[in-house]
Amino acid sequence: MSAVVTADGLGKRYRRRWALQDCTLEIPVGRVTGLVGPNGAGKTTLLGLVVGILTPTVGTIEVCGGRPAADSAQLAKVGFVAQDNPTYAGLTVADHLRLGAHLNPRWDDAAARRRIDRLHLDPRQRAGQLSGGQRAQLALTLGLAKRPELLILDEPVASLDPLARREFLQVLMEAVAEDEISVLLSSHVVSDLERVCDHVIVLVDSQVRIAGDVEDLLAGHHRLTGPRRDPATLPDDQDVVWASHTDRQSTYVVRTESPILDPAWSITALGLEDLVLAYMEGTAAGAPASPALEVLR
Amino acid sequence: MIWLTWRQFRTQFIAVYALVAAACVWLAVTGPALARLARENDDVYDLLTSTDRLLFNGGIAVLAVAPAVIGIFWGAPLVARELETGTFRLAWNQSITRGRWLAAKLGFAVLATAVAVGILTTAVTWWAHPIDGATGNQHGSLASRLTPISFAMRGVVPVGYAVFALLLGTLIGLILRRSVPAMAVTLAIYVAVQIAVPLWVRPHLVPATTTTMVISHGTLDGINLHSSGTLTITTHASRGDWILSNRTIDARGHSAALPSWFSTCLPPPPGAGSPQDKAAATSTNGSLDGCLSRLADEGYRQRLVYQPRNHFWPLQWAETGLYLTASAVLAGLSFWWTRRRLS
Repeated sequence: MSAVVTADGLGKRYRRRWALQDCTLEIPVGRVTGLVGPNGAGKTTLLGLVVGILTPTVGTIEVCGGRPAADSAQLAKVGFVAQDNPTYAGLTVADHLRLGAHLNPRWDDAAARRRIDRLHLDPRQRAGQLSGGQRAQLALTLGLAKRPELLILDEPVASLDPLARREFLQVLMEAVAEDEISVLLSSHVVSDLERVCDHVIVLVDSQVRIAGDVEDLLAGHHRLTGPRRDPATLPDDQDVVWASHTDRQSTYVVRTESPILDPAWSITALGLEDLVLAYMEGTAAGAPASPALEVLR
Repeated sequence: MIWLTWRQFRTQFIAVYALVAAACVWLAVTGPALARLARENDDVYDLLTSTDRLLFNGGIAVLAVAPAVIGIFWGAPLVARELETGTFRLAWNQSITRGRWLAAKLGFAVLATAVAVGILTTAVTWWAHPIDGATGNQHGSLASRLTPISFAMRGVVPVGYAVFALLLGTLIGLILRRSVPAMAVTLAIYVAVQIAVPLWVRPHLVPATTTTMVISHGTLDGINLHSSGTLTITTHASRGDWILSNRTIDARGHSAALPSWFSTCLPPPPGAGSPQDKAAATSTNGSLDGCLSRLADEGYRQRLVYQPRNHFWPLQWAETGLYLTASAVLAGLSFWWTRRRLS
């Protein structure tokens, strides 16, 4: 499996605060990768480093085989829809398309116009007067018409209402299917990603907690419920991600490659949202940070 | 990128150029008549209408303000606006490096600024040329073009100022990342520079001329009584020169106070009482001459340090060069900041 993004020991420090630390990961090519984590976990910083708007303090990063934003050829390979979908408020929709056509050698003008048409956007309308959903669609159109190898979206649906969210993700998925591009998108709302992502990275407290294919992750994690039990008594191959105890009962979220044989447990499968929340909460509660940092294969 | 820069800039661009064009038309209409008037009359100042004087001083005011306004309203938001609205994240992800992005923005803005101010200063300089430094028979005069106030509003220096203000605004905007604070800081720094340069830098850009003369009835311009009670003398300079210092020196060539006998030697000034009285030598001519020749006998002379009027263009080019060099440094810093610090 080849990687569209390879990061090694990547870190970014702002003055004295590390926004991202010790980030080593590979993002597979041709997939839709979700980057999840609570607000302030470092998602925007990681995406900024991938795009090349930010430069790393330590470590290296390679995107589509080059250093991010190194030159115009490299910039042409990566599309970016930044947080809050920035557009020029005083410029019209048509102006934005012209902007894209002027500044991108691989610009697909016909596709961009088709998309604007299908979205019922008025080309003469100023971007500042568009609704949040329309602006997001315009920003996405700009990102797609550039025909990048990798499209990055930072909280693209955060400011949208549920209907606009669904529409946006639908358009995104259609485009991905058509153009066969890799997508990396971040969100702090897991349910948004659940429908579209097949690979996921969980970022908490400036560090990557876990990264892997959604199917593998779901197959490798289980929720165990049973009589109260000390975590130390669990088998060695079961890493505790999250734990909760009442007087008589224990609930664990564990990660394991092997089947769970202990008949005392009742085992339930996890959804992606449960899994991600388990990782977020697990660390927030100061649970034993199992060495869950390496990529699950 | 040029298209985008133009698209973002065009409203301001058209507005500024419309104003420049309007000013040029007005000056072109009134200019030839004024030139004829000045050619035919030596005492042109007394013939000027109040509109002419308003235009003269207005031209100075406009050229004084234009570079600052352009620096503040074009320079400061040039990048700061993109930084505060987040559109830089859109711009920087087009297939164009941010170095080129900034180069296009700066190149366009600098060119537009230089041409606009260049046209304006050429027009004003041409218009004001016949009456620069005109003095009236009785009282009143227009500033000559080498005096600090006029110098800055004639010739090529306004172009240097405007480009400097623009690049200063851009850099401050880059550092502060906010348009409005950047505007305020740009204005403050620009004004400070505009005060400092004529005071401490401009006099030394081209070596000044020094002449020493005997103080006599012919050369004496005025005797001034200061509030501290001391007397000083000034001597005549030729019209249009920029006097840097006008001081009395003693026999050894050091600048010195007037001898103590001098004040008692003088005839009482007419209409005594006001501290800045000119000792108009009329009926008491003889005794004033006596005092002055005694001063000369004791070795007192008047030393004049000045920039003669023919230094106008050397000073103009030197100061423009200075500002453009500073502008180049600011531009370099802007590029460095964009590449290194904004990431």
